[in-house]
Amino acid sequence: MHELSITESLVSAILERVDGRVQTVTLVIGRLSGLVPESVRFCFDICTQGTRLEGAALDIIELPGRARCLACDQEFELPDAIPLCACGSANLEIISGQELKIKHVEVEV
Amino acid sequence: MCSTCGCSGDGGPVVTDLSDGGKHSHSHEHGPGHSHGHDHGPGHSHDHDHDHDHDHDHDHDHDHATTVTHQPSTRLVDLEVEVLAKNDLLAARNRGWFEGRGILALNLMSSPGAGKTSLLERTIRDLSSELSLSVIEGDQETVLDAERIRATGCRVVQINTGSGCHLDADMLARGLRTLDPPAQSVVFIENVGNLVCPALFDLGEASKVVIMSVTEGDDKPLKYPHMFRAADVLLLNKLDLLPYVNFDVERCIGYAKQINPGIEVLTMSVTRGDDLERWYDWLRRQVTAA
Repeated sequence: MHELSITESLVSAILERVDGRVQTVTLVIGRLSGLVPESVRFCFDICTQGTRLEGAALDIIELPGRARCLACDQEFELPDAIPLCACGSANLEIISGQELKIKHVEVEV
Repeated sequence: MCSTCGCSGDGGPVVTDLSDGGKHSHSHEHGPGHSHGHDHGPGHSHDHDHDHDHDHDHDHDHDHATTVTHQPSTRLVDLEVEVLAKNDLLAARNRGWFEGRGILALNLMSSPGAGKTSLLERTIRDLSSELSLSVIEGDQETVLDAERIRATGCRVVQINTGSGCHLDADMLARGLRTLDPPAQSVVFIENVGNLVCPALFDLGEASKVVIMSVTEGDDKPLKYPHMFRAADVLLLNKLDLLPYVNFDVERCIGYAKQINPGIEVLTMSVTRGDDLERWYDWLRRQVTAA
């Protein structure tokens, strides 16, 4: 359950960077990042207890995976972590979907 | 509970130096009046976090003609922070530390029971006259693996992650301070047996080595693609058991290459000693490159 330690680190990253009570946290999680958004939601409620993030809403923007085939130069959506182009090549460059980022937070002033 | 001092720990990782009579250090806080001695090597320091949250609630009396609800106004703070940034920063620090000393660090990952510790025992026996080797063992509990390594005469430190399912760069840094490996040496980091979580945490290693055995099923690379994509080399172990299991070596290698076209695959049997020379040659090449 790596989501727990990752959620702990995102909570501490926010607490280090902003003052005041946090109302909303917006995350970007790519479909190829290896993180399950639902698990992050579950852990978020636990990790924020007793902090300035307690009770904050969690918005998760999920980004689809995209790859470029290095054999035929096609760009296409990658639905899962198994890289395979329609041309049969598995030699792909992943261009998005691995994101794991805190986009912004809404803080009370 | 901490088995050395009897105080209750916070569940954080524990580092045990096996060649030092089992001294250990751990991160937890003690109440006032409670202290215990522990030894610090040179350059060893503790981080103490003091978070003070002060809530100042003021009650004001307002005379409002009508009831007014105060909605706190908010502002949006753009952060654009990579969630793993802290680990990545610590991993980069470890990587620089290794490079500065000409140390080759290898992160060994597999499911539990694939043969990581056996591979290390055998490698140490065969190469310790040629290379300077040391080991950091990661497990949730016990020093059993570290004791096996110590029995070979190799320097070893055990990190117990408690509830943690992987090593992270900070745990490794703490383990390294205790291990204090010599320059121009090889440090094997045996990660917690788990094919999921360790793939996400960079430790600062030069290469990631994934080990799987033929008893695990040849479709494992497809089932745990993150791990096989992250790895530089796959060691396919326990080939001596092939007559007893339904495992297609070529299919497994094909799946691994489908997930990661650049992955190098070495087949072997650690128990029988088959094809270990290819692994040793791979190691020697990495040492030369480091």
